[in-house]
Amino acid sequence: MALVLNEEQRLLAETAREFLQKEAPVSALRALRNARDPLGYDPELWRQMAELGWASVILPEDVGGLDFGFSGLGVVLQETGRTLAASPLFATAVVGASALLLGGSEAQKADYLPQVAAGELTLALALEESHHHRPHHIATRLERSGDGFLLSGEKLFVLDGHSADALLVVARSAGETSSRDGLSVVLVPRDTSGVEIERTIMADSRNAANIRFNAVSIASNQVIGTEGEAGRWLEDVLDRGRIAMAAEMLGSVEEVFARTVAWLKERVQFGVPIGSFQALQHRAASLQAELELARSVVLQALTVVDEQPQQLAIMASLAKATLNDLGRHATNEAVQMHGGIGVTDELEIGFFLKRARTAMQILGDTGFHKNRYATLCGY
Amino acid sequence: MEDLDQFREETRQWLEANCPASQRLPNTPEEQYWGGRRGSFASDDARVWFERMRDRGWTAPEWPTAYGGGGLTPQQGQILKEEMKRINARTPLYSLGLWMLGPALLEYGSEAQKQEHLRAIVNGEFRWCQGYSEPGAGSDLASLQTRAEDQGDHFLVNGSKIWTTAADRSDWIFCLVRTDPHAKKQEGISFLLIDMASPGVSTTPIELISGDSEFCQTFFDNVRVPKSNLVGKLNQGWSVAKALLVHERKLMAEIGGDSPRKEIPPVEAARRYLEFTDGRIANAQLRSDLVDYEMRMHAIGLTHMRSFEERAAGIKGTVGLAMKYLGTEAIKDKNELLLAIMGTRGLGWEAPGFTPEELDTTRLWAMSKAMTIAGGTSEVQLNVIANHVLQLPQPPKAATEY
Ligand SMILES: Cc1cc2nc3c(=O)[nH]c(=O)nc-3n(C[C@H](O)[C@H](O)[C@H](O)COP(=O)(O)OP(=O)(O)OC[C@H]3O[C@@H](n4cnc5c(N)ncnc54)[C@H](O)[C@@H]3O)c2cc1C
Repeated sequence: MALVLNEEQRLLAETAREFLQKEAPVSALRALRNARDPLGYDPELWRQMAELGWASVILPEDVGGLDFGFSGLGVVLQETGRTLAASPLFATAVVGASALLLGGSEAQKADYLPQVAAGELTLALALEESHHHRPHHIATRLERSGDGFLLSGEKLFVLDGHSADALLVVARSAGETSSRDGLSVVLVPRDTSGVEIERTIMADSRNAANIRFNAVSIASNQVIGTEGEAGRWLEDVLDRGRIAMAAEMLGSVEEVFARTVAWLKERVQFGVPIGSFQALQHRAASLQAELELARSVVLQALTVVDEQPQQLAIMASLAKATLNDLGRHATNEAVQMHGGIGVTDELEIGFFLKRARTAMQILGDTGFHKNRYATLCGY
Repeated sequence: MEDLDQFREETRQWLEANCPASQRLPNTPEEQYWGGRRGSFASDDARVWFERMRDRGWTAPEWPTAYGGGGLTPQQGQILKEEMKRINARTPLYSLGLWMLGPALLEYGSEAQKQEHLRAIVNGEFRWCQGYSEPGAGSDLASLQTRAEDQGDHFLVNGSKIWTTAADRSDWIFCLVRTDPHAKKQEGISFLLIDMASPGVSTTPIELISGDSEFCQTFFDNVRVPKSNLVGKLNQGWSVAKALLVHERKLMAEIGGDSPRKEIPPVEAARRYLEFTDGRIANAQLRSDLVDYEMRMHAIGLTHMRSFEERAAGIKGTVGLAMKYLGTEAIKDKNELLLAIMGTRGLGWEAPGFTPEELDTTRLWAMSKAMTIAGGTSEVQLNVIANHVLQLPQPPKAATEY
């Protein structure tokens, strides 16, 4: 258990903070939104991030990775949460990289991971088929055809789906629509014929797409690992994603809370700073207490990925549920305590508010994770 | 009692005969008629419906007929509301004049002011906006700084107001201004009616997190205002302001009852967007959140009825004060709940990929955050209850008046 950062992680966090405050502050997200940027992130920023090694934080050294593990990745994600930086980091360096790492054959790892590590290959996991997270509810079919396969189906809410170079598509090779068995993951380059991508403009101004696969031809070496056996590792990939997202959300909560506390000290009404009203003091103090819990949960979850895989599922659900609730609560309080200015677009609080709602839906809402935690605990 | 039954029957028949079918469907904000010089009707039906209601005085059902109102008793007014709601009749005229300024003028206005403004409000001739808040004066409204100097035959107004809803689309503004900078803060304030067409008045729209720009900053630069536009006595505007705030908060408490946008009711949303097993919502968390909300709204509905019955029976209750707080917090809860129920379909900002109704839900969710801030924040409402209802002692330092 490592509930404090080590020297290496502290340094990484500091570098990340400085870099992001300068290169990707919240105003950068606003600019992307206002310009209706077709990519949705700045490729130059991603190039710099890759140069800093962020695309490869969790990857082993033999494929060009930093091998800092999730504890290392976590501190970077927390900083990206603080500035709401739009980049392929989550979809590519966390989810995509984990899928290849946990599910890929040796040849696939050798082929793709060095490209991922270098920031040259961006990925997106095409999983969801309905508006709520249902990881096993997969109707998209992978059917044999000649030497290869045909892929047919429709995916929703694919993070970075319209910008990623390649899609990792979860499809069913066998079994009923909601069965855990019989799932495959295939890697599909974005410009493959039969792939129809529709970018969706979401409230948080970040990237997502709906994607249709119309009998897309798939060669057998595009199947990640063994056909029909993705169920063995997919859940672990999702848990890593959940924990990473919780780390990002923690950074957002810390930032929105810090801004709120600063406002409580600055804004004067009735001749005194509004932070002197006990009605507000206690709410701020109680948020501080909640934040203490969230920090422990996220740190432990990140450590578990690297050191105690048997705890992975339960920690992923604890972390995601905790941050879902806190994210909603902290952003609502931020708006309310700012008063009228809190509901203006000019203030950046609104960006945090909207991002928190999207983040809540990524890889499971509170109900999903509470239910999963209870099931894992046997009640 | 029999008279009321008869009134209900007649009202029902009249509405049946006079409310066009298209005016019985939920409306979008674009379809609302707000009157004023720049107001326009979304359809001929909307115009016909408005004119028929106006001619009967039913845009202001309970105002005296002498000023163009309907002259109804509170009981009759309530019946009209119920009967309109029964057929989902749209509000024919949306207006701060009707809801806020009018009642204050009836209480504090001079006969000349009533003659000049009330009928025009009933007829929707002018659109009014509210100039209370300033950059430095929100919850602490009484610290407002916009100055009105006595220049003999007129006031000279300088300063700025903020969060003025629809200032850029309004013809007149009712304002709180400082007329005595030396008096105790509540005692140097006056209530002024200002024609927005006066030289020196300008507005800058402010964008909201919902993407709309409903409110503005409003500037006054050497604006000349006739003395006859002072409502109530000089330096006694605070009483008028507070009376008006009571109407505003009552209005906001009831907003949940009238649903202007094509919003999906939570239970209906659950049926459309959630998985059911054996007739129950499978997601235990969302099922529990939904029932919390529904039970609360049930209780709030009953409390509105109790509040009305108390008033009708002449009992001076304390229910009203809590209703703005309860009602607006419940709206916020509802919008969070809708988002949670709709999952990623509740997070769209633009088409394609989302239905217009879904996009409306997301934007309404963003807008709902303003409900517990506008018209006095929830915190201020609770302070009022603590001080005025519970008579708890004031905190030591800040001697505040809400
Ligand atoms: C959508 C919208 C429309 C509006 N339309 C109009 C309009 O048409 N005309 C108009 O004049 N105004 C309008 N307002 C302004 C509204 O009345 C003010 O925003 C509101 O009174 C709060 O003031 P403030 O924004 O300055 O916040 P502040 O007063 O600065 O409040 C900031 C925070 O401090 C809290 N706080 C302040 N004092 C206390 C206290 N004593 N105890 C505990 N907590 C406290 C508040 O509750 C809030 O959470 C509108 C506001 C909104 C959001």
